[in-house]
Amino acid sequence: MVTCTGCALLCDDIEVIVEAGRIKETKNTCLRGAGRIKGCVNRLVPSIGEQRVDVGNCIEKAAEILKNAESPMLFGFDNSTSGAQVKAVQLANKLDAIIDDTSSFCQGIMVEKVLRQEFRTCSLDDIRNKADVIIYWGSDAQDSQPRHLSRFSYFPRGEERQRGYEEDRTAIAIDVRESNTAKICKGHFYRIPLKGDRRFILALMDALSGRVPKFDGYDVQKILELSGILKKAKFGAIFAGIGLTYSIKDDAGILADLGRMLPNFHIMPMIGHYNMRGFNENLFRETGFVNSVKFGSEPVHDNRYSIAETLREKSIDVLLVAGSDPLLSLPRSIAKSLAGMQVVCIDPCVTLTSKISAVNIPAAVSGVECGGTAVRMDGKKVELSACVESGFLGDEEILGRIMEAV
Amino acid sequence: MPTVMELYQLLPKTNCKKCGESTCMAFAVELLSRKKKIQDCTPILEDKFKNQREKLESLLLPSEGAGETGMIVHTELCTGCGNCVVACPVDVANDPGGAAIGCAPTNDKVIFKVVDGKVIASNIRECRRFGKNRVLCYACIDPCPTGAIEFV
Repeated sequence: MVTCTGCALLCDDIEVIVEAGRIKETKNTCLRGAGRIKGCVNRLVPSIGEQRVDVGNCIEKAAEILKNAESPMLFGFDNSTSGAQVKAVQLANKLDAIIDDTSSFCQGIMVEKVLRQEFRTCSLDDIRNKADVIIYWGSDAQDSQPRHLSRFSYFPRGEERQRGYEEDRTAIAIDVRESNTAKICKGHFYRIPLKGDRRFILALMDALSGRVPKFDGYDVQKILELSGILKKAKFGAIFAGIGLTYSIKDDAGILADLGRMLPNFHIMPMIGHYNMRGFNENLFRETGFVNSVKFGSEPVHDNRYSIAETLREKSIDVLLVAGSDPLLSLPRSIAKSLAGMQVVCIDPCVTLTSKISAVNIPAAVSGVECGGTAVRMDGKKVELSACVESGFLGDEEILGRIMEAV
Repeated sequence: MPTVMELYQLLPKTNCKKCGESTCMAFAVELLSRKKKIQDCTPILEDKFKNQREKLESLLLPSEGAGETGMIVHTELCTGCGNCVVACPVDVANDPGGAAIGCAPTNDKVIFKVVDGKVIASNIRECRRFGKNRVLCYACIDPCPTGAIEFV
């Protein structure tokens, strides 16, 4: 059995067939997981500039670049093991560098609220065993975490939900479009206007407290019907997707307010990268913040230390990227700043970022070629084991060796 | 999928009984349920029916890969989410400690399995749409948002 590192569900019931040192077949993985486990076609080669060199030389060069940097930044680590993340935080501390991950433009706000216990939350196993009302809000789990519905939330039989989805569970989707998740929720799909999440929450809170909800252009009856379902729920879960997070990011507390009105409900942010929550937890334990931290005499958290702002303001001169591809995932207006700085890329595969990097260090695929631990989207610690011997170094070892050389 | 009338319109409509059925309409019904093949109608193999035969073949093409219950899995649409594995009542009954609770199947009695991110159907004779007491079950079609499973 292997643990899949395709997304933050960390499915631990995967079987693989290995032939001649390569994975020939995967069983029980979704398409996303199969792609991750079977590995990439273009493996990254160790290089400095255009020159192919030894990995040891790459690590030395990376350490030299970081040591000489005026304002270095470490970014990524959401596709790295927890051990590597701890090393990354230590390295940032040693270099007085900025450290950030993709959660600064993803679910960081929500995870922080979970870690600060502002949201009532629960485990995915609790949801499987007890949940009778499940809300996907601004989340298309069916496409982003394909096994979420079949493994934990809607379809499986649970200890207290023996009739499963047919009779015991109600799945609700609240979204701006009819996503694949919404198609499964069928009669319980609530389409809201763009950026209408906050108004919808307020209307829902009105309905829950017995007032007539106000929402221009929306069928009030539907909101009352939804509030009726929520009131009757014995164990509910709200899966807050990136759509909801982006829409209410300036006032995320409103979701906590809604949570307080629904004492049987639990809130869980839907996380994409397999160990994003692990990074948030590791940095939170060390500094009290989940992302965008600058180390110095004491760690400081500010939005201007997020990857988007540092690139926009061009306030860094060296960027170490591990397991992420900012050139691909950030808007071009921001990502073009990468051209003006030295980039060190640690990744198993060739990425857009690796193509413009000064130093490329190939890494093992965690969960396939090297083991470790990771944190599932609900906070459960999961062990990862290696199933293939590739000879590549893991992120943890690469970062450890960079730290020794700095 | 074509209707019986669509198929009937393309047949010779002579009720010649050479196929063993009493009428061309009865043959069209058998053709749709894949109990007979186009070749069983000998008159349509003649040159004068060439266009009609080609149209019939193109209409029946989508059901070519269908199993005994008429199930077709469109692998190009499947994302391997496993909803069908967990929702299938046969899988739930045959594997209560595995597929029924959302985990990987623990035995070979299940109908659906996911390999390389694509669902594969086996044990098709266990399907509720198969056999004498078959029922029109939709348990694997309904949970599939991409429409990867179809019965013809």
